[in-house]
Amino acid sequence: MFDFDHGSIVAFSKSFGLFYLIALSIGVLIYVYWPSNKQRFEDAARNIIHDEDKPCR
Amino acid sequence: MVTQLTQNERFLGLIILIALGCLGLVMAAAGQHDPIGMHGWLVVVCSIVMIFVLANGYFAPEPSEARLEHYYDDPSKVGIVVAMLWAIFGMFIGDWVAWQLVYPDLTFDAAWSSFGRIRPAHTTGVIFGFGGNALIATSFHVLQRTTRARLPDQLSPWFVLLGYNLFCLIAISGYFMGITQSKEYAEPEWYADIWLVIVWVTYFLIYLRTLARRREPHIYVANWYYMAFILVVAILHIVNNLAMPIAWNQAKSYSAFSGVQDAMTQWWYGHNAVAFFLTAGFLGMMYYYMPKRAGRPIFSYRLSIISFWGITFMYMWAGSHHLHYTALPHWVQTLGMTFSVMLLVPSWASATNALLTLNGAWHKVRDDATLRFMMMAAIFYGLSTFEGSFMAIRAVNSLSHYTDWTVGHVHAGALGWVALITFGSIYAVVPWLWKQPRMYSPKLIEWHFWLAMAGTLIYVFAMWNSGVIQGLMWRTYNESGTLSYSFIDSLVAMHPYYFARAFGGLLFLLGAIIGFYNVLMTIRMAANVETGDEAVIGNPAAAGE
Repeated sequence: MFDFDHGSIVAFSKSFGLFYLIALSIGVLIYVYWPSNKQRFEDAARNIIHDEDKPCR
Repeated sequence: MVTQLTQNERFLGLIILIALGCLGLVMAAAGQHDPIGMHGWLVVVCSIVMIFVLANGYFAPEPSEARLEHYYDDPSKVGIVVAMLWAIFGMFIGDWVAWQLVYPDLTFDAAWSSFGRIRPAHTTGVIFGFGGNALIATSFHVLQRTTRARLPDQLSPWFVLLGYNLFCLIAISGYFMGITQSKEYAEPEWYADIWLVIVWVTYFLIYLRTLARRREPHIYVANWYYMAFILVVAILHIVNNLAMPIAWNQAKSYSAFSGVQDAMTQWWYGHNAVAFFLTAGFLGMMYYYMPKRAGRPIFSYRLSIISFWGITFMYMWAGSHHLHYTALPHWVQTLGMTFSVMLLVPSWASATNALLTLNGAWHKVRDDATLRFMMMAAIFYGLSTFEGSFMAIRAVNSLSHYTDWTVGHVHAGALGWVALITFGSIYAVVPWLWKQPRMYSPKLIEWHFWLAMAGTLIYVFAMWNSGVIQGLMWRTYNESGTLSYSFIDSLVAMHPYYFARAFGGLLFLLGAIIGFYNVLMTIRMAANVETGDEAVIGNPAAAGE
């Protein structure tokens, strides 16, 4: 039976970040290097260079 | 500007101002035996002034529908001018503080001008007054351009900008009166904090509402940084300021935290204020204005996303490095230290990304002081994040903590990174906003650049020297095992460095004043074009563009 004493809370505090941060890193890397996203990123970087005052919504 | 508001917006604005004025009256009446009463009067005065401004164009006809085909930039314009005013005020107070450390008589024997009161007036003036207004002004500009959507309405941006400045006024006037909750960078008391929450949530909602209307399918990375800045600052501000006022008509309150929990909460707040106010927001600025000004897309968009997530998620853990060798559990200190060292990776990824964006455009950097401001900002960003990671290591911290080295580090970041990227962005955006081919005087931008560079270098080198000397003097023992130097010995050793620091700060302040003049003259150029008087414009094809 899991015991919610000080020791177990400290153990949880010390370790949960390891798992969620690694999971987050993997997720970000997959998103960034997903082949079909390449074009979208290149467009995003290029599109801001022009059109200071183009008609907007 | 008022005539640009719809009649409905003018009416709503009037209602808000009347409500605010009444609230101020209640504060003034209920708190007449407490400093909060003075703040009540301040709120009343600010509301009345704004009601007069509004009344000036209140009965003007409805603005034309054509305005909806353009972005809404009036709040950005006002925000930039206000940011420059705060820069001059905050840097003036800062330099005064610096001279006080050289000549202690410069307090002039008054309570309001003592070090403990004007030092927070300096930090709040430059961080929240200058930095905050620059962030709000540029974020509205960047948000509309990158999403190709107009701000959702014209009233809420004014509420955010003006409400935020009311917060800054309450904060700083409070310090002079002796009001503080003694939390560094979170000194304002509970009522100012509640007001800021209302303003800040409105700010975040403007962002979300504009994003919901966006035409550009992908949300550009600068907006991610601005949003992280807004969202996380809200979280930090609310948690760290949880407090119970001693009475509803008194300024004084007690924090919900005490002891080491209080220290940890405060430095979780304090370090993330550096991370999300002074880093994430200004990275948003950099990722838009630098590629725009250089005319080159960001070197690696992918890298900018990776460093975004690295910076946002690792900074959250780094705060405990402010509490080495304290009652905080050892493992928490070590955790903060480890994350601080790891932070170097995403930080340098951003700095490298910025510099590689300029690679191939070095001739532009040479000729254009505006772009040079941004380049030096990226270099100082790289330098101070390296220094920060280094100082967070426990053994290094044992030497650096509580010394002027920390002050030097902070200013390498604040002057070298935050202020330089802001000035660079302002010089880029002012001609765009006021539809001018360039700033009034490229030569004055050069002057500002070199004054800022000289000031920063003098400041930082003085504080590095003084900090290391101080740290070493505090830990030098003689043969009998007692300290070799008294505290006053270390003060005498600091004196020349304090003089140098105050001089460096003065140069930086002069640069900011020149910058303000240049901005004002550019606005005048625009006004003269509107009235058909072209004489002041000079030669638009001059160098610097």
